[in-house]
Amino acid sequence: MLIPHPLLGLRDSQEFTYLGDAALMQRPDPAADGAEAAFCDYVFLRDNPAGVHRELWFHEQGDRSWLVVTRDTTTHEILGAELASNLKLGAAQ
Amino acid sequence: MKFSGFKVVKEALTGHKGWAPLWRNPAPKAEYDIVIVGGGGHGLATAFYLAKTFGELKVAVVEKGWIGSGNAGRNTTIIRSNYLLPGNQPFYELSMKLWENLEQETNFNSMVSQRGIINLIHTDGQRDAYRRRGNAMMISGAGARLLSRDEVKQMLPFLNFDNARFPIKGGLMQPRAGTARHDGVVWGYARGADARGVDIIQNCEVTGFRIENGKVLGVETSRGFIGAKKVGVSVAGSSGRVMAKAGMRLPIESHVLQAFVSEGLKPTIPGVITFGAGHFYVSQSDKGGLVFGGDIDGYNSYAQRGNLPVVEDVVEGGMALMPMIGRARLLRGWGGLVDMSMDGSPIIDKTGIEGLYFNGAWNYGGFKATPAAGYCFAHLLATDHPHEVATAFRFDRFERGYVIDEKGVGAQPNLH
Repeated sequence: MLIPHPLLGLRDSQEFTYLGDAALMQRPDPAADGAEAAFCDYVFLRDNPAGVHRELWFHEQGDRSWLVVTRDTTTHEILGAELASNLKLGAAQ
Repeated sequence: MKFSGFKVVKEALTGHKGWAPLWRNPAPKAEYDIVIVGGGGHGLATAFYLAKTFGELKVAVVEKGWIGSGNAGRNTTIIRSNYLLPGNQPFYELSMKLWENLEQETNFNSMVSQRGIINLIHTDGQRDAYRRRGNAMMISGAGARLLSRDEVKQMLPFLNFDNARFPIKGGLMQPRAGTARHDGVVWGYARGADARGVDIIQNCEVTGFRIENGKVLGVETSRGFIGAKKVGVSVAGSSGRVMAKAGMRLPIESHVLQAFVSEGLKPTIPGVITFGAGHFYVSQSDKGGLVFGGDIDGYNSYAQRGNLPVVEDVVEGGMALMPMIGRARLLRGWGGLVDMSMDGSPIIDKTGIEGLYFNGAWNYGGFKATPAAGYCFAHLLATDHPHEVATAFRFDRFERGYVIDEKGVGAQPNLH
């Protein structure tokens, strides 16, 4: 699989390590009510969809950036990739 | 129709006119006591033991395609009970005992062949870990032998013992482990279940569950609604997308695991060899092909095919361990879907929905578990209590902190 890195162009997926569902970027608030149950869901449960999946890839053997890659899990077709740091900044604003 | 040597000779002399189909092909009835979703090895074994051991009379197995067309036909047919942790090992040892009696129990040749498995040792630390594992195996009754380098050399003289990175220093052997014929297992259980009245309904895809007031009433299928007092889902690999139809999120990611087979060769490899350090394991089928594989590809997938980097990784492992494999031509490669759970161990449990039961999260080890998973899932469905060797395989073990993490890598499914 080739991942279209927003800064570096098409890169072999072998340069990356895989973490999983991009929902992991939304960590629950540890001070909120019911934080324990929320963290249990956050750590252990996954949507695991058959189809379009947004997921975190780390460019370990490259520029060491985290990407959010959109990929179809039924075909392995990659539909896009964004810098996770940009998404995080966008979400904070 | 009972299979026997006498029957084979009789049919040979009378033109093979007495063979009958191994199971019926019934239309679904309006209602059953228990509907099993998934006609793989696990689902059919569950139906078999429900009918045979637990006396359930109105049982159906519904299967999207034809029976055994999923992971039951996509594994590397290894059977073993060489686990470490107390939540796992007694379960796999029960499975091993059921394998040993499977052909007598089903009156079907499943080609169970106990030719032994050897996990190779390369370092002192690994020897200590395997000695501990061997002790756990002996406590459970599975038996184990710690082999010296010379003993391994005697059994497997073709291995590269002096690889610079991973020289072979010994091995942990389970002599009772081995292989079985995957289709034979499926067909044996299907025939045995069918003979005891189980309806095996093929080409019948479950499209949803009918759930009212937190209780399951049956399954919606491509062949209409089928009512059921209890529904057992046994679709490992696709658990995520099937249970999503019941509104459940699972502690599971679906991944793809590849396997390969070479052209047929003369008998070369006496048993199963695993080279964990190099992500490679191999055995030889009765037809002569070398059957081998390695790690999962490592990203979520429902594609039933993998990518080339893992092919390269597996083949490199093979060349490092047994250079002679380079002379064999690769015949086929394939990918199967695996439920990778958050601790690398399975789930056989009730769900939060009354009457809906789940068997899955088998990671890359579902085949060897087939008899015991069927037996324990049948036990749960029939009695509403987990079998004593499957009490640890609960959904709530994650939130309670009782994970069964054989590898100790935490909630990172692609590393198990």
